[in-house]
Amino acid sequence: MGAQIRVYRQKITSTTSMRKIFKAMELIATSRIGKARARVASSLPYANAITRAVSAVASQSEIDHPLTTEPEQIRRAAVVIVTSDRGLAGSYSAGVLKQAEALRELLTAEGKEIEYYLIGRKAQAYFDFRGREYVRVWTGGTDAPEFKTAREVGAAVLTAFATDYEKGGVDEIHVVSTRFQSMVVQVPTVVRLLPLEVVEEQAASAEDLLPLYEFEPETEKVLDALLPRYIESRIFNAFLQAAASELAARQRAMKSAGDNATDLIKKYTRLRNTARQAEITQELSEIVAGADALSAS
Amino acid sequence: MAQLEVEIVAADHFVWSGAAKMVKGRTSDGEIGILPGHAPLLAILAEGELAIEPVDGARISVTVDGGFFSVDSDRVVIVADNAQLHDAAGSANTGIR
Repeated sequence: MGAQIRVYRQKITSTTSMRKIFKAMELIATSRIGKARARVASSLPYANAITRAVSAVASQSEIDHPLTTEPEQIRRAAVVIVTSDRGLAGSYSAGVLKQAEALRELLTAEGKEIEYYLIGRKAQAYFDFRGREYVRVWTGGTDAPEFKTAREVGAAVLTAFATDYEKGGVDEIHVVSTRFQSMVVQVPTVVRLLPLEVVEEQAASAEDLLPLYEFEPETEKVLDALLPRYIESRIFNAFLQAAASELAARQRAMKSAGDNATDLIKKYTRLRNTARQAEITQELSEIVAGADALSAS
Repeated sequence: MAQLEVEIVAADHFVWSGAAKMVKGRTSDGEIGILPGHAPLLAILAEGELAIEPVDGARISVTVDGGFFSVDSDRVVIVADNAQLHDAAGSANTGIR
């Protein structure tokens, strides 16, 4: 009986200290999420301006640029997977990896080879555990991404894109990441960065039609300079949205973990009290029984 | 008189926006000045300094290290990789975060 009480006491102590950790992590995530969302918002003007410019160049000039034309045969694809460095964020990384797995099946069915570029320790661990190969991995700072990292990733995939298939290059680039819709909805999505698909989306309304631009120095040079920036900004935007999603997912996961811990503590406290009461009752009845036996003799 | 609507954005933050009389910049071919009524243009910015003459207030200069800018019906959008704003007093700040 005494052992039972001790077990319950231990469980209560450990659950209480875990709840403290959950609460702290929830608070940290909550305090950072506002900043992460602000960063997503402040990267938008740049992303919009660059998207508009790329559409302007690509829509009106009949130019044959390697970055805009689709190769006849796509034999190898690069896939960038954006996950988090740390866990304790519910199904955040698992969701992205599941999406990546679905993309893998799709691409393999189409007979394409896949090269992986990973962001975040979770993706790295996933690939290492399964003994799969990847080209490069970037870890550290997934919850506060820097433009420098996005530029590195952009440069890496563009170099692969510019290389011929025979020399180990890729023909298309996909990005798997989480899109931040709201505090409660974050969707893992796949976006194809290259070859470009941006042009059609843009000419939405008639008044929004793009004017005839002059280019300086030349159309091709402008495109040469614009496209890497466009890719970088898309990747950076994916990073920022992923960071906001990670924090939102972590906040939610930690909130429910804390709530569950509270429930468990309540349950164990009840059980402990019952056990203690049972012990007291038993001791009492033993004493009474002893006294009865003495007086009867 | 017509005026230009200028907007400067850097990769991760917004730098400056406002009305201006003239924008002067450096492209990879040479210096270019933009006045109201300029033809639509998309140009690559070279590393260096941009000067903006606002409708009111002193001239603003911005140091950029590459980027591009577009002009389209008196709207000038300057997209810089990294922009550093200097106000008239000469003190530098990295813009509003």
